[in-house]
Amino acid sequence: MHRVTLFAGHYGSGKTNLAVNYARALKKEHERVVIADLDIVNPYFRTKDSAEVLEREGIEVISPEFANSNVDLPALPASLYGVVQRRDRYAVLDIGGDDRGAYALGRYAPYILEENDFEMIFVANFMRPLTRTPEEAVEVMREIESAGGIPFTAIANNTNLGRLTDAAVIREGTEKSRELSRLCGLKIIFTSVEKNLARGLDTDGVFPIELQKKYYDL
Amino acid sequence: MAKVLMKGNEAIAEAAIRSGCRHYFGYPITPQTEIAAYMAKRMPKIGGTFLQAESEISAINMVYGVSSAGCRVMTSSSSPGVSLKQEGISYLAGCDLPALIVNVQRGGPGLGGIQPSQSDYFQATKGGGHGDYRLIVLAPASVQEMADLTAKAFDLADKYRMPAMLLADGTIGQMMEPVELPEDMRTTVYEKPWAVTGTENKREHNIVNSLYLVPEQLEKKNIERYEKYKTVEKNEVMYEEYMTDDADVCVVAFGIAARVSKNAITAARAKGIKAGLIRPITLWPFPKDVIARTAEHVKGFVSVELSMGQMIEDIRLAEGCKKPVTLCSRVGGMIPSPEEVLKAIEDMEGGAF
Repeated sequence: MHRVTLFAGHYGSGKTNLAVNYARALKKEHERVVIADLDIVNPYFRTKDSAEVLEREGIEVISPEFANSNVDLPALPASLYGVVQRRDRYAVLDIGGDDRGAYALGRYAPYILEENDFEMIFVANFMRPLTRTPEEAVEVMREIESAGGIPFTAIANNTNLGRLTDAAVIREGTEKSRELSRLCGLKIIFTSVEKNLARGLDTDGVFPIELQKKYYDL
Repeated sequence: MAKVLMKGNEAIAEAAIRSGCRHYFGYPITPQTEIAAYMAKRMPKIGGTFLQAESEISAINMVYGVSSAGCRVMTSSSSPGVSLKQEGISYLAGCDLPALIVNVQRGGPGLGGIQPSQSDYFQATKGGGHGDYRLIVLAPASVQEMADLTAKAFDLADKYRMPAMLLADGTIGQMMEPVELPEDMRTTVYEKPWAVTGTENKREHNIVNSLYLVPEQLEKKNIERYEKYKTVEKNEVMYEEYMTDDADVCVVAFGIAARVSKNAITAARAKGIKAGLIRPITLWPFPKDVIARTAEHVKGFVSVELSMGQMIEDIRLAEGCKKPVTLCSRVGGMIPSPEEVLKAIEDMEGGAF
């Protein structure tokens, strides 16, 4: 278990949802857990949407000051330095989508690399139109690495089709993740699956997750 | 093509490409920037044009140029940016040029905010630019409809030689849902003998222009255009009816407000209140007839909007003030909750309004 876990990937791959679930799982094993939202490109669906449940469970939440507000101001709070400089707690970092989102990581990268106790996870959803193939995913991976300044160390297979996700979708994602793993030489850390669907699966390495939902999501 | 998981904004962009659009001009603004970002990635790979203009005003005038040359073309923005485009939209209308303008609305007026809104209804359906003109206005309520109505808008624009607008909101632009897009989304290929494509000395040259020096000619042109609008009103109205057959209370809502309303209608039915929904898909032409018919058997209407009450005026005109129409709305980037809509339905049912 590394002190810092980062979730990055193509936008819409499910980074935020995964980061929130991962932080909650981490809290069950460790006293001090902080989740930090470094996403300055996504205006609507954010870590802060889950702030209430996270804080209730004793997880510290650090978000851009203007997240979920009406202001389009991509500024990160000073307290984010505390996440990479103070090493007495486990940290989960939710990075913005694509290379554009990962640029914000660059200023914290030297601290993370110096400490050298991190897992940089590439979140893969092969049902997204611009990452349908392992080759396309590698392209996105390289773009993010060069923007964020931290190399990926693992892959999370988060392949899903929203509410239409089924075993076949997961299977397709698993196969493509294995191919991606072969292409880039990184391990698959887990396959994340919505918890009700996860119950019926006999796949190895499943990380059951809860979905962030909004009431107009019919 | 198998289903993929797309953001509403991406679905618009991909559907435009599959509808034969190879020219996109825009300027970034939240919450529609993914349209431009997607076009920037895709257009160079398929021999199309993606151009980030220096402003919304120049983007809409680039649309004017490409449309004059007979090609499918689009621009997109969000509320303040669409205000900037209004002069160009009026010129498109005045030249009878087809084009797609996408507005993924955010809160206003002024700079407003980046959260979702439907408060550009008046601007989209009643003009916005100067002069007598109409836009075909389509209102998607799902990511799939973002795609399908983009294709539809291109077809209608070409068919009637007029600009069309996709009036979405930030929520549907940002939300992700499974969608299925056919490889080719064009239904008909329209001949454009009016386009300025070079005469090759074989025909009289075409002129695209909205300036008329003789008032009699300009009057004639306006009257002809309104004859065309009558045909659109007769043939192209689109709406969805949901549990209206036996309804005592009829909700009218489009886009994201319609999704919330469906939740509220389910809750109302569970309480024994016969509620139903009319969801306009074309905001212009507005589905007047179905509202007039429904007025015969309901106690009243509830207009659910993310505005201070804009569509409510068209509902009242359509039902001829026969029945009460109340407003249930949130503004400034807020969305009415199903509970708030349910309360409005209950108030209408109980006569407390």
